[in-house]
Amino acid sequence: MNLNDSIVVVLTASAIFYGTPLIFAAVGELLAERSGILNLGVEGMMLMGAVSAFWGVQHIGGPDWLVLLLATLLGGAAAMATSLVHAVLSVGLRANQIVSGLALTIFAGATGLSSYIGNVAHVGGQPARHEFTSMNVFGLGDLPVIGPILFHHNLLVYASWALVILAWFYLYRTRTGLHVRAVGESPETADVMGVNVALYRYLHTLVGGLLAGFGGAYYSLAITPNWIDGMTSGAGWIAIALVIFAFWRPELTLVGAYLFGLFSSLGFVLQAHQVRLPPEVFAALPYVMTVVVLVVVSTGWAKQRLGAPAALGVPYVREER
Amino acid sequence: MRIERRLTTPRWLVVGVPVGSLAAAFAAAAVVLLFAGNDPLATYARLFDRGFLAPGALTNTLITATPILLTGLAAAVAFRMRLWNIGAEGQLYMGAISASGVGLSLQDQSGPVILVGMIVGGLVAGAAWAVIAGLLRAYLNTNEIITTLMLNYVAGLVLSYLIFDSRSFWRDLTSSSGRVFPQGRPLSDAASWPGVLIALDPSFPLVIPFGFLVGIAVAALVWAMYSSTSFGFDARVLGDSPSAARYAGIKTRRVMVLMMGLSGALAGLGGASEIGDFRHVLDPRGLQQAGFGYAGIVVAALGRYNPFAVCLVAFLIGGLANAGFSLQGPDFPAGLVGVLQGMILFFALGGELLLRYRVTWSRPRTAAAAA
Repeated sequence: MNLNDSIVVVLTASAIFYGTPLIFAAVGELLAERSGILNLGVEGMMLMGAVSAFWGVQHIGGPDWLVLLLATLLGGAAAMATSLVHAVLSVGLRANQIVSGLALTIFAGATGLSSYIGNVAHVGGQPARHEFTSMNVFGLGDLPVIGPILFHHNLLVYASWALVILAWFYLYRTRTGLHVRAVGESPETADVMGVNVALYRYLHTLVGGLLAGFGGAYYSLAITPNWIDGMTSGAGWIAIALVIFAFWRPELTLVGAYLFGLFSSLGFVLQAHQVRLPPEVFAALPYVMTVVVLVVVSTGWAKQRLGAPAALGVPYVREER
Repeated sequence: MRIERRLTTPRWLVVGVPVGSLAAAFAAAAVVLLFAGNDPLATYARLFDRGFLAPGALTNTLITATPILLTGLAAAVAFRMRLWNIGAEGQLYMGAISASGVGLSLQDQSGPVILVGMIVGGLVAGAAWAVIAGLLRAYLNTNEIITTLMLNYVAGLVLSYLIFDSRSFWRDLTSSSGRVFPQGRPLSDAASWPGVLIALDPSFPLVIPFGFLVGIAVAALVWAMYSSTSFGFDARVLGDSPSAARYAGIKTRRVMVLMMGLSGALAGLGGASEIGDFRHVLDPRGLQQAGFGYAGIVVAALGRYNPFAVCLVAFLIGGLANAGFSLQGPDFPAGLVGVLQGMILFFALGGELLLRYRVTWSRPRTAAAAA
């Protein structure tokens, strides 16, 4: 039997494939939360990214790589514009960040703006003209076992790995990264030091939106090269949970994202191997596991050592310092 | 811009800001509509007509408003405590499953018996579903936003499973169409909840659904609980300051779990009302498309967690949702209702700033002025 078809190899490769959009969204949300802004609108932003990127591939002409690049950027930009609303409300107007994020998801999500754009711009119904296909990196994709796991993915997977490294470097090895961590832990202190708290929060929320848009674009350009209303099915919420699971560290989002990619793909693979269970059980697996993981991670032991940024979700009002 | 916290909020502002937010939201949505090539005034006129003026519209609006009222109360009760229960959607599904199950089992009983059974079933199922997240939050410190949300998706899958992928009690296995096409078993006529008929104009009869009246009664009870009971007092203290509550000896974890249970029970009641007042059958697609749980959050925020304001806002949002359902078609794409709801919420949130702080615009002092 071909080793590449073994269930372990297939599952691992599949976990990476399905976990990648979660990495984009989780790293984005992580950056926003590190600056102290809780953005619950990730699901809505991902859907905006998905529909905009799909519109891009259907309407932009040119060589394959250029269209995909522009479409992905368009998806990111659309999500970023949506996150601007949350940024203005949370930073400028000191609104309740939880309700604001929820409002964003209602506004942009499955029965909101993304759906509206999908209908009004007549997106969807036809397969994508361009999509992110698996690449064979340096020909190494033909190696047994590690070939399909490491060298046979689409471009966005490799981009996500670069993103994690970049994010880690930014947060822990640059001065700006130090500032953003300070803003998230104690904005009063950062303000006194001369760091522009509002600017950092705005920028990181927008970057969070941009990355969420890339994650959404992955759905409509790589997983299912089509636009379906609400196609992320809660991935944005899982990404938010992933940030907690990763203890707000970019490198740990890889672990969480691939774990959830595994749960998402477990259903397909097991069914192909004749395991008979109702499809809903498999579909429920990622959501149930999110709860289980969150419970384990949130107990007192973990929280004391590796907790959230102290000022997360609290509006900063300089006059009340 | 400088802001300073207000000590008291002027009366006119408390009503003016939500109303202003609504107006601003409609204005902003008009821009979106223009952008998409629709005529905003005509669209709004159609929405208003279908929501409130057309024959039968008011009755349909009340039917749509009832679950929204109950989920709005559910969200208000929880959010006021800073318990972010986003699971009203899933709790509503579980309430609907439970109520339809009760309705089907008690087929041969009399109307009032089934009615009470369905109400209790809805309350219990919704409360149980919410208490899962409540216990995890109170005793294991698990973020209730994520847990309630994940439970929403699980509840939706349970709903699908019962009708589409199993031969369950809820499924119609006897009728000719039921054997071919998966659908729920319709409840008996005795299981239909009564309505109050008000014939203001013989050609426009208005039927107030029983669930709506129950909702208003519940709103009054919730208000009474907050203002007159010690439990309500404990809850308010806990919502305003958890540390003060602990110093005062309030059993914070128990109050948390109980309030989550209450919130879930209300949402579950909304699910029961959907079955009893309107659908009379367990309809997964219809329930999931309606999104009543999320609409409740919009209502609670706009009503600023006050039970009576929630009733009024639920009526308005119900009218909007009803008009949206009935107008759906190629020239009125789905998604517009979500856009409007989201915008209303945005502006309501922005308006909160005006309520909590006094905003002044000052010029930065220049060197010349200081000299």
